[in-house]
Amino acid sequence: MIDASESLTQRVEPLEAGEHVIAARFIGEQPVLALAGGTVTLGMNHQRVQPHGDAAILVASSDDTMLLTGGDDGKIITTKHDGSSTVLGDEKGKWIDAVAIGTSGATAWSTGKKVVARDGKGALKEWLAPTTAQGLAFAPKGYRLAISHYNGSSLWFPNTEGKPEFREWKGSHLDVTFSQDGRFLVTSMQENTLHGWRLADGKDMRMSGYPSKTRSFSWSHDGYWLATSGADAAIIWPFKDKDGPMGKAPRECGVRHSKVSAVSFHPRALVVAIGYEDGCILLCRLTDSAELLVRPAIQNEGRVTSMGWNKTGNRMIFGTEEGAAGVLTLP
Amino acid sequence: MSDKIPVTVLTGYLGAGKTTLLNRILTEPHGKKFAVIVNEFGEIGIDNDLVVGADEEVFEMNNGCICCTVRGDLIRIIEGLMKRKGKFDAIIVETTGLADPAPVAQTFFVDEDVSARARLDAVITVVDARWLKDQLKDAPEVKNQIAFADVIVLNKIDLVSADELVDVEKNIRAINAYATIHKTTHSAVSLDAVLGKNAFDLDRILDIAPEFLEDVHVHHDESVQSVAINLPGDIDPEKFMPWLNEFTQAEGPNILRCKGILSFKDEPKRFVFQGVHMILDGDLQRDWKADEVRQSKMVFIGHKLNRAVIEKAVEACRV
Repeated sequence: MIDASESLTQRVEPLEAGEHVIAARFIGEQPVLALAGGTVTLGMNHQRVQPHGDAAILVASSDDTMLLTGGDDGKIITTKHDGSSTVLGDEKGKWIDAVAIGTSGATAWSTGKKVVARDGKGALKEWLAPTTAQGLAFAPKGYRLAISHYNGSSLWFPNTEGKPEFREWKGSHLDVTFSQDGRFLVTSMQENTLHGWRLADGKDMRMSGYPSKTRSFSWSHDGYWLATSGADAAIIWPFKDKDGPMGKAPRECGVRHSKVSAVSFHPRALVVAIGYEDGCILLCRLTDSAELLVRPAIQNEGRVTSMGWNKTGNRMIFGTEEGAAGVLTLP
Repeated sequence: MSDKIPVTVLTGYLGAGKTTLLNRILTEPHGKKFAVIVNEFGEIGIDNDLVVGADEEVFEMNNGCICCTVRGDLIRIIEGLMKRKGKFDAIIVETTGLADPAPVAQTFFVDEDVSARARLDAVITVVDARWLKDQLKDAPEVKNQIAFADVIVLNKIDLVSADELVDVEKNIRAINAYATIHKTTHSAVSLDAVLGKNAFDLDRILDIAPEFLEDVHVHHDESVQSVAINLPGDIDPEKFMPWLNEFTQAEGPNILRCKGILSFKDEPKRFVFQGVHMILDGDLQRDWKADEVRQSKMVFIGHKLNRAVIEKAVEACRV
């Protein structure tokens, strides 16, 4: 049980989102919300910009300098902390299914089978996936993109002519993520499981037991842990050893009677923010499983859809399906 | 339950009049806002604000159920649409003329995120009265589309004689014993004939057309047929339910759809079930009325169904 004295609820300042929050992030020290209706809000006093006009924002990613959004207008747009935006690509009204940000300003997006990689200088490369690309992730080093799709994932070097390397595993793969050391690739699957590959030898890892799909991943700052959504607790897999999670049981943090819908590791400590379908948010410390309440479950405000920390880790932003949002400032 | 977005699936072979029906639905003064999901290669313009192109990507669920196919693109599109709640009241999915409706229907049962937010209202199949006979010979898709239908819009009836029309209806009934048939020209049916049917809702399961339960010898289509059974009196759930489960598991790939209203021994309520391939759903519903004859009615629609075997198995469950 959560002691009232261990509550951070008084330290949450609400933000007015008003519609489905696609992404809640910090760009530098600026809290930013990407909203489904096409609006991006910046700062605590809700400066609003409309990079996609009145089209919907479907997917978003971010790094320390920009927010990257893909819309149902087919546009891929970056927005900076000051609200200025740049259109990186235009897929002529086709829904953007996934976006990703890499190092050195590289970005990528996909619509249907078409995958586009754009390097930091703006050079575009295209690849057609065998089936719809569901998820995209850049490798932590080098200009290399992982694409998850039906029956496996592909690893593509956009600047080489060679065919992308195909890693097969039967089923429909949704989101994809690289471990921070680049040794492992992990996908979430339609069949309520995770699949992992150790890239050096292609060894398969099955991480199963979820009651629903995993749609949120987060790596710990040291890269040793992967927190995942989809169960009645945050399921946290160990990746420190050479075999990763193979043959190991995951940690479970923040067990409640509601499914975890979003996870976000603190950027400097082994603390994970856990958001639930009932709107509750907890901070959980991995070392002793101590829990702090950030936000109680609130009826009709929907599941927590996104959370993000600032660089130093003293502030965290969150948003929900029904348009509630807020910023936590740690003491 | 009720705030789930209703989804109408519109099927029909090439040229049957699907798009005409769709445009009719969209332009009637009903005050409703629709999100329309069309196949990417549709030729005729659709007059609606929210139209989404789909690529009809069908994949197998890797869950050990071989007939369990879903539309991956539909899962993504509905997920995307649900982020824009309030922009529409209902969804219409138009499939290509060659599409099998099963993966579309199964998507609404198999995917949890979709089934939590949207519910399948009905499968509407538009049938070309003039060309149905030829299509049944050449196009296996047409049989599946008719077999799957809750509502059949029998279109272009002005192009056939009265006798031919009777024949066409018989052809349809041989495949599907329970669908409601509306005879039209230019896809002109009233909207309440095709929308808000709740055909997949166990509470509202439509009674199975009784005339076809008696006449089992309409000319048989060899590849897709209805096996309709009507048993007066009660059946034993302890015997029937295990049989039904086993039967749908074993014959799932061959069973396109099934529906039934059952009278269980010592049970004041009607038991209602329905299924798509191996996926089965069933529950006790309203009480049997005092003036109602207690009986069990069921229909299995599929390929290579052995009527004699099914009849014998069900007969063995009688009390």
